[in-house]
Amino acid sequence: MSKYFYKLTSPLFAVILGLLAGAIIMLVSGYNPVEGYGAMLAGIAGDSYYTGETLRTIIPYILAGLAVAFAFRTGLFNIGVEGQLIVGWLAAVWVGVAFDLPKIIHLPLAILAGAVAGSLWAFIPGFLKAKFRVHEVIVSIMLNYTALYVTNYLIQNVISDNQDKTERIAETASLRSPFFESLTDFSRLHWGIFIAIICVFIMWFILEKTKTGFELKAVGFNQQASEYSGMSVNKNIILSMVISGAFAGLAGAMEGLGTFGYAAIKGGFTGIGFDGIAVALLGANSAIGVVLAAFLFGGLKAGAINMPLQTGIPSEIVDIVIALIIFFVASSYFIRWIVQRFKKGAK
Amino acid sequence: MDFYQVLQIIIPSMIAYAAPLIFTALGGVFSERSGVINIGLEGLMVIGAFTGIVFNLMYADVLGAWTPWLSVLVAMIAALLFSTLHAVASITFRADQTVSGVAINLLAVGLTLFLVKKIYDKGQTDIIAETFPRIDIPLLSDIPFIGPILFSNGYYIAYLAIIVAIIVWYIIFKTPFGLRLRSVGEHPMAADTMGVNVTKIRYQAVLLSGAFAGIGGAIHATLFANDFSHTTINGQGFMAIAAMIFGKWNPLGAMGAALFFGLAQSLSIVGSSLPFIKDIPSVFLLIMPYILTIIALTGFIGRADAPKASGQPYIKGKR
Repeated sequence: MSKYFYKLTSPLFAVILGLLAGAIIMLVSGYNPVEGYGAMLAGIAGDSYYTGETLRTIIPYILAGLAVAFAFRTGLFNIGVEGQLIVGWLAAVWVGVAFDLPKIIHLPLAILAGAVAGSLWAFIPGFLKAKFRVHEVIVSIMLNYTALYVTNYLIQNVISDNQDKTERIAETASLRSPFFESLTDFSRLHWGIFIAIICVFIMWFILEKTKTGFELKAVGFNQQASEYSGMSVNKNIILSMVISGAFAGLAGAMEGLGTFGYAAIKGGFTGIGFDGIAVALLGANSAIGVVLAAFLFGGLKAGAINMPLQTGIPSEIVDIVIALIIFFVASSYFIRWIVQRFKKGAK
Repeated sequence: MDFYQVLQIIIPSMIAYAAPLIFTALGGVFSERSGVINIGLEGLMVIGAFTGIVFNLMYADVLGAWTPWLSVLVAMIAALLFSTLHAVASITFRADQTVSGVAINLLAVGLTLFLVKKIYDKGQTDIIAETFPRIDIPLLSDIPFIGPILFSNGYYIAYLAIIVAIIVWYIIFKTPFGLRLRSVGEHPMAADTMGVNVTKIRYQAVLLSGAFAGIGGAIHATLFANDFSHTTINGQGFMAIAAMIFGKWNPLGAMGAALFFGLAQSLSIVGSSLPFIKDIPSVFLLIMPYILTIIALTGFIGRADAPKASGQPYIKGKR
């Protein structure tokens, strides 16, 4: 019982502490936290447009969270989700722009291109880890920047003629949904939400119901034991990164094919990949946990946009809250320690 | 334009672009040598850049030419204080050090932009009035041939970075503190047995890394950006980490790598006006530091191995 108790309470604690800290920061800087969070809630679900936009924000958060969580289960820290996402975004858009095909082929092809590009980008750190024992964190950080600069170069010099973004993708490759648009007052909510849900199911299925998933998790628990019982640790490391990268690439494809319909030059990162780390951590790296955490963080992010409009509070307050939640989840030892103190005190 | 003139432009600019990387990479060396991974260097640079610029804007009228120096000092203190978060989380609360570093990065960007919008009511600060002047070092710049290349048209603070790198090398390899630092990073239990206070050394190391990254961030913002916005620090912290790894966790190696990356950065910016170099697409110069680091890690250029205990919290009595 106590194990599950901690599993549930420490993320909850972290969220509450994070929101409290956000309220204190608002208070100290002379804003009204009740108004602030009120405006945020209105921005999350105030009317059908906001609800649509919130759900739209959640789509890449779910996929980025799955990407980080999947690698975590094999004992790998995929900090490169950001780069894989950018690469997947561009690949999906490229296919969307370059080909002229019927929708039934074009759309799946574009989505697949995103996933494959993300996989290939994640294959590099996986392969280097397996082959040379190089730490995947450093390699994937370096690849994040490489992805950023290379995609910017490709957009400007190869795909377009010195423009700062690509052409719009063909309608046959678009995930846009007139049905959702009519339902949510023309928000950008798109069909990708179903892809995200399918991926959640895929992750759960691979990890819990297949032999491959068992091996992946075994390697995450204990590499020596896995090796000794005949599993190939190297193969599983690479496989885990490749699948993780596919989720990340899909997250990018959702942005490219659904939300924006093009790929533009970026001055910096999208941030979705890094927030994916927060999502995975808070969701305890389980498929269902990732969904819940993505709803929370996606909601916070979407609601934040409304805060400066209604109350003048800079939307960055939400980034602060998310960062603090990561801190508190990471320092769960501290929360456990407090809980234990508290229990002892009660006795 | 002949080759000598090209050198006269490129070399001072290389040293200038390297200076923030050198300081930050030295900070990384302290932290990682003690066994604490610090991915948060980027965020600590952001804090340094923000503090440096805001201090500069506030006190430029009073302090005049001393403003940039004092703003670097204040930025150092601010980033040092900010790095206590990483120290407490990763040393005392045994948090995953990479995760804590990621949180530092997110928090730094969120917090500084929040404050910028609060103070200036827009997305970036005003442009600073007082920056570091370009100088010719007396005597040294009169040396024929190398004087105009190495010691002219530069910044005092950039030369200071190189001197500090040598001092840090001395501290880490020639002093008792350095020996303790390295032993804590290689085998904390053995160090503990010999009476070294592992927790104290690691705290000192992480705080030092914060201070150095703060200096680096402030220099970068003061010299190149002249204001603070969300793109002021855009990967320099991670490039400093790259320099540290490429330099094999050695202060002098890190300095050398930082100079090399500084060259790449400066070429990607001033290169478009130079012969030969303008034909290379700038993307190659931009990604070169990162690609080279990956190659260095895989062992093609002599293997780079991290300190043994890096990334692991030290728990007394645990085998």
